[in-house]
Amino acid sequence: MELLYPDYKSTRLRAPRRDRIQLPRVTTERTGPALWDSRVAPTDHDLTAQHDGEPLGERIIVGGRVLEAGGRPVADTLVEVWQCNAAGRYRHQGDQHPAPLDPSFTGLGRCLTGADGSFAFVTIKPGAYPWGNHHNAWRPAHIHFSVFGRAFTQRLVTQMYFPGDPLFGQDPIYQSAGDAAGRLVAAFDLERTQPEWALAYRWDIVLARTPFEDA
Amino acid sequence: MPDPTPPQTVGPFFAIGLSWDDGPEVVARDSEDAIVLRGTVFDGDGAPVPDAILETWQEPGEGCRGFGRCPTDGGGSWEIVTRKPTAGGGEAPHIAVALFARGLLDRVPTRIYFGDEEQANAADPLLSSLGPERRATLIAAPEDGGYRFDIHLQGDRETVFISF
Repeated sequence: MELLYPDYKSTRLRAPRRDRIQLPRVTTERTGPALWDSRVAPTDHDLTAQHDGEPLGERIIVGGRVLEAGGRPVADTLVEVWQCNAAGRYRHQGDQHPAPLDPSFTGLGRCLTGADGSFAFVTIKPGAYPWGNHHNAWRPAHIHFSVFGRAFTQRLVTQMYFPGDPLFGQDPIYQSAGDAAGRLVAAFDLERTQPEWALAYRWDIVLARTPFEDA
Repeated sequence: MPDPTPPQTVGPFFAIGLSWDDGPEVVARDSEDAIVLRGTVFDGDGAPVPDAILETWQEPGEGCRGFGRCPTDGGGSWEIVTRKPTAGGGEAPHIAVALFARGLLDRVPTRIYFGDEEQANAADPLLSSLGPERRATLIAAPEDGGYRFDIHLQGDRETVFISF
């Protein structure tokens, strides 16, 4: 994948310019970290339950499965998420957007996938927020996802978006995924929506095949 | 057949989601064979990158988790406490690295080799496929208590990055 995407200004001085080297043989990277139980507390999947009070915003359920490109589910892998609050503000000292912090929202979630690769988080819908990339630049609402998979070659950090966001067209981070950007957008999921409680979105995460399977 | 999900940048606020208090400790700091790997990440202007996060992977074992992660500090510097892996499979000892940052659309993989393994390094398939200047970017320099491995994202000294 091309790492230089000039419309996203921060890539200009950071994207490596030389060709990446194809490893003669993938050895160390064929495996990856696996023992995650100690990293996840039972309530870590619920971002609305980490403080005495409930966070403000629209409560949502975000679920799906972690799969490999062949369709095989990835069980017992660590999924980490982070996001801003409903007002579009991150709990981070570097975020200077003058929107309120929510004392009831940290914005961090973790879970392990089930035997069928499934995961689910309860959270609030993150807000859009401005950033300095270009005049009147706004990020579409998104949740950051980090997934490990079975091999270090499969390591993936990405962002999940919400369907129909009017900001997609002017967001260079979303646009940098080119024809594949649609795969970053969750689907509204009426079936999993819980009556009188929360809307649901469904998003499957598909990791690259491992090199030894391709060999 | 589902298509792979594209990567996206970690952005500037990944510390909310990816910080572990013990992230840099692949082995306990007081273990007998602990070494400290440290370095600085630089951008194309030679300025340190204060919002990157480096992850490392090596064979786990007794007292060794195999996995490490450390965000860079305000000066672009990171540190991982680990043990030196053994050579195997015809390769010199090395540690796999994935580097993430604001402005990187995907993680960039590389490897850390060790400057005091000259003989093994000379026979390593990856290192020996590179010219001397490029090869040098993958080799950590021994220093007191460990090794130094700086990463240059661009420029004359751009680190060799890997694809799988």
